[in-house]
Parts: sequence; structure tokens; C-alpha cells
Amino acid sequence: MGRAERKYGIIVAPLPAGTAASKEYSLTELMVIAGAREIADGEMVLVGMRLAMLAYLVAKRTHAPNAIGLYDNGIIRTAATTEPLYTVGDPANIGGATQCGQTLDVMGYLQQGRVQVGFVGAAEVDRCGNVNALWGSNGSEAHRLPGAGGGCDIACLAQRSVVMIAHDRNRLRERVGHITSPGYGSGNGWREAHRLPARTGPSAIITDLGVMRFGSDGEAFLASIHPGVQVEQVLAATGWSLRVADALLDTSPPSATELEALRSADPNHFWTR
Amino acid sequence: MSKSKLTTMREAIARHVPSGSMVVLGTQLAQMIPFAAGHELIRQGKRDLTLAGPASDILFDQLIGAGCVSRVMASWIGNLTGGVGYCFRRAVERQIPQRVDTVDYTNFTMALALHAAAMGVPFMPTYSTFGSDLNAKNGNLREFPSPVNEDKLIAVRALRPDVAIVQVQRADQGGNAHLWGSLGVAVDAARAARSVIVIAEEIVAPEVIASDPNRTLIPEFLVAAVVHEPFGAHPSPVQGYYGRDHAFFTQYHEQSRELDDFEQWLQRWVLRVPGRPEYVKQLGDCRVGELAVRQHAYSAPADFGY
Repeated sequence: MGRAERKYGIIVAPLPAGTAASKEYSLTELMVIAGAREIADGEMVLVGMRLAMLAYLVAKRTHAPNAIGLYDNGIIRTAATTEPLYTVGDPANIGGATQCGQTLDVMGYLQQGRVQVGFVGAAEVDRCGNVNALWGSNGSEAHRLPGAGGGCDIACLAQRSVVMIAHDRNRLRERVGHITSPGYGSGNGWREAHRLPARTGPSAIITDLGVMRFGSDGEAFLASIHPGVQVEQVLAATGWSLRVADALLDTSPPSATELEALRSADPNHFWTR
Repeated sequence: MSKSKLTTMREAIARHVPSGSMVVLGTQLAQMIPFAAGHELIRQGKRDLTLAGPASDILFDQLIGAGCVSRVMASWIGNLTGGVGYCFRRAVERQIPQRVDTVDYTNFTMALALHAAAMGVPFMPTYSTFGSDLNAKNGNLREFPSPVNEDKLIAVRALRPDVAIVQVQRADQGGNAHLWGSLGVAVDAARAARSVIVIAEEIVAPEVIASDPNRTLIPEFLVAAVVHEPFGAHPSPVQGYYGRDHAFFTQYHEQSRELDDFEQWLQRWVLRVPGRPEYVKQLGDCRVGELAVRQHAYSAPADFGY
């Protein structure tokens, strides 16, 4: 199944009663909103770049107002920014911060095990949640990618790590060629054998088609599917034979509040379309 | 009063960054990236540099594209809002304009490498990078048994750059520097390096520095040169001075995709521009004005009285 057959289109969601929010949303928007739902209220979050910045802002403005955001540059925020962000170093992310520390301060909290959830940037992810952010492939050609950033640190040390990625069989692979940020390696027991701290590891891969979670064997399975998406479509867009949960859930469509929070965080649709 | 180390950008780069140096820059991550200093490195035709740092947004890419670099030790090399860095990719994949070797780190391990040097020890321990192919390929990340418990850890070898180029908000003529906002690894980078070039938006009297000593994150004895270079970090932001020029990054992304376009970009924004004042002029009043601070937000004074 090639790129042309992927379903990206605008779909119509039920309009919550009494709201005037847009009833249309894109599956990319739903991906970010599903990412936000991975953050529980009061948790410490190592935010990361790009879509993760938006997911954190949506969580803060909806169900997780007491979440604490930590950023690689040393910034710690208990109050969400009110302006759209392009990078975590934007002046708007620093004005009104709780603390402007150093990278090591934030990474120290992460290594102590205080950070419940972090987002990991990925060019490719595999069936055991291992992430490649270093070498992409396009057929026989290898392409050098920007690198790990803080993603590897989060994947090693956060209690739960979350990957958001467009669902494409060239990006959701059987096995990544380079493990930049470790997931469950080759399966159950691998993290322990590789001396990664206990009670850490990937908890979800969220795409524009659905949400995958991990079994006790360390392999991802399809846990929920976005509105309007068919299971066959997800399977065809996945680079391995993806298991499907017995009790497959439907991803809740964005609430009006979630959608409004996302669009106010990205009003020019720089990150989401 | 300590002796003045104020000098021009041209002189600072000529004297303190010989070809072949290891240079740490971009230490405050997405903020306060010393673009003016980087462009001077390009104009002076420095060669065979090793770039070190967590990331420098598109500055690493420009230095690589200009042929100044033979090695990069970093955690992220690209364009933060655009994605990949095309010059970096051309260099690694096709040796254009020359081969560039990479030593890949993570943000944490780069911070630890500089911290170890800042502390004067050979390494710092961490649990990060276990299970990652990074530590299999980066010889500066080595597994070792903890001497105090049963754990194994990764030793991150100390990294001692020849020079740190650090952009700050204000400094005195001796090099005592106030910086605030996004600190990243700046403090450790300054301590780790053999010498430091401070690039300041403003030069202030020593009394201003002494009025708020908690904010003096780089002390003068580390500093070899001080350069007064307003707008020196553009297109990256400086808290309290100017915002991020997002469009500039997007334009660079488009104009660096093809080699010919990049070479034109380099001529226009670096090689044909004598220095930062002319660069700012080329940006134009309108664009510069749009980046100005819209609402100042001063901290409450702290009482150091006794």
C-alpha cells in the first residue's frame, strides 16, 4: 500500500452539544490530541520538540492543568504558555516560566525517575517501540537525519515514553536499522538485560490512524482506532503483522475544548493540518 | 577595574579560533545561538573545525555547508522548525563540500561531557544511552561497573573544547557575563573550554554586573575576548532583546535544499556582508522592528543589602 492510498482527509466528528467549535478536524490533529491524553493531571512531562509541544499545551488547557512541563534547555513551567510556540526556546516559553535552570537540572530529574512521561521524536519506530532518528532509508538510499536530541534520554529514563508519528509502512517498520532511542529492544526482558532502569519504557505509539500500546512481551498492538479509519487500512500501513486488541477501542474524537486548545496553540497550522 | 577584553568580532575570531580548533557553540539550545560569530568563522575561511554542542539550529548546517568543518560532536543537527539540515546531509552522504565525521550524542550526554570537563574529572556517569546504538558507536560513551553498588553505568568522557563561543545578554569589559532565560549547557561549556569568547548584546559597567551576582554565570577569568555585537544571535532569539525570526529559518530551509541555492544564500547573507551591522541593515528596519520585544517583563529587584 503506497502513500497515495493513505487516508488523511478531513472527517466529520459529532459536535458536542452547546458548543460552537469547528466540527471538522484532521487525523493529524487527532494524533496530537491523543498524545495530550497520555499526560495525566499533576504529572511531570519532558516535553520535547514539535508536535509534543502542542500535545503538552492541549493537556494543560484541558484535562491536566497541573501537569509540569520540563524542557531540554532547562526550562520548567507550571503555567502553560499563552502564545503559539515554534521551538522550546521561544521567548514566550521562557517568560512566565517557573524556573530557568540548566539542561543538567532537567535531565537529573529525568534520571531520578521523577518524570512520568516524555515524548520521543522518531523518523521510524518498530514493533517493539525502538526509535530511529539517525538514519532514514528511502529504498536503497540511506539518509542522515538530525539525531537523537533528548529523545534517547527520555526513552531510556522516563517512566513512560510516547512516540507520535505519521502512519506509513516505511516509518513503522518490523525492525529499525538503527536504535537511536531504545524501546523494548527485541522484546520482554531486553531492557533489563541492557541495564535500563526498571519501570521505564514506551507506553504508546500514536499515529494519524490509531493508538498502539505494548503487551507484556514488549510488542506493540493496535489498541484503538481513529474515527473513520478501517483496521485493514492500519494493517496495510504497518511494516509488520500488527496484532489487534481483542477489545479494540474507538479513539474518542476531539472534544470542542481539545480542538480549540490545539488550534489556539497552532493558529497558523504550522505544525498541524 | 579589570582590564578590558573588548575587541571586534573579526579580531576575536582571528585570534582565538585557529583552523583545526574544537569549538563549542549553540550552548543555549534554541536561544542565543552565536550566528554572527559563526558567519565570521565562515568569512575568515576557517577549516577543519570540530563543532561541539547539543545543537545549534541551522548554524551547524551553515558552517558545514561553507566547508569549515571536518567533525561534529552533537546531539541534533538540522533546522528546528524546518526539519533536516541539507548541508549536513550533503556532507555526510556525499562528502559535499567535504567529508564530515559525526560523533553522535544525546542532549544529556553532551551536557555530562561538558560537565565532567567543568568539574575537572575524566567522566560523568549516567544510565542514559543503554540499549542505544549511539553508545555502541560513540567511543566516548563506555559502560563500566559502579564501584559503590552492583550497577553498571555509562561513563561519558569529559569533552574539553578549545574555545566556547557564548552569546549573552550583557557583560562588562572584563568578560563577567549576565545571562538569563534559556541556559542549556552554557555554564558548563564556558568552564569546560580552554578559552571563552563572550558575545554580548550590551556592554555594561562592572557595577551593573556586581549588582546581581547570582546572574553572573560566566566570570571574567574564563574569558579571553568580549565582543559587543547587537543582534548577534539573529535569527535565534535573545530573551528581553528580540524574538525568533521563524520566517528566516523557513527561508533558509528552502534555499539550502539545492547546493546552488545554498551557495547563493551564503554569498548574500555571509560572504558579501562585512559584519553584523551590515547584515542588520540588509534585514531592514521593518523586519528588525517586528522582532523587537513587544512587552518588557522586568524581574523584581533582589536586595543584596546588608
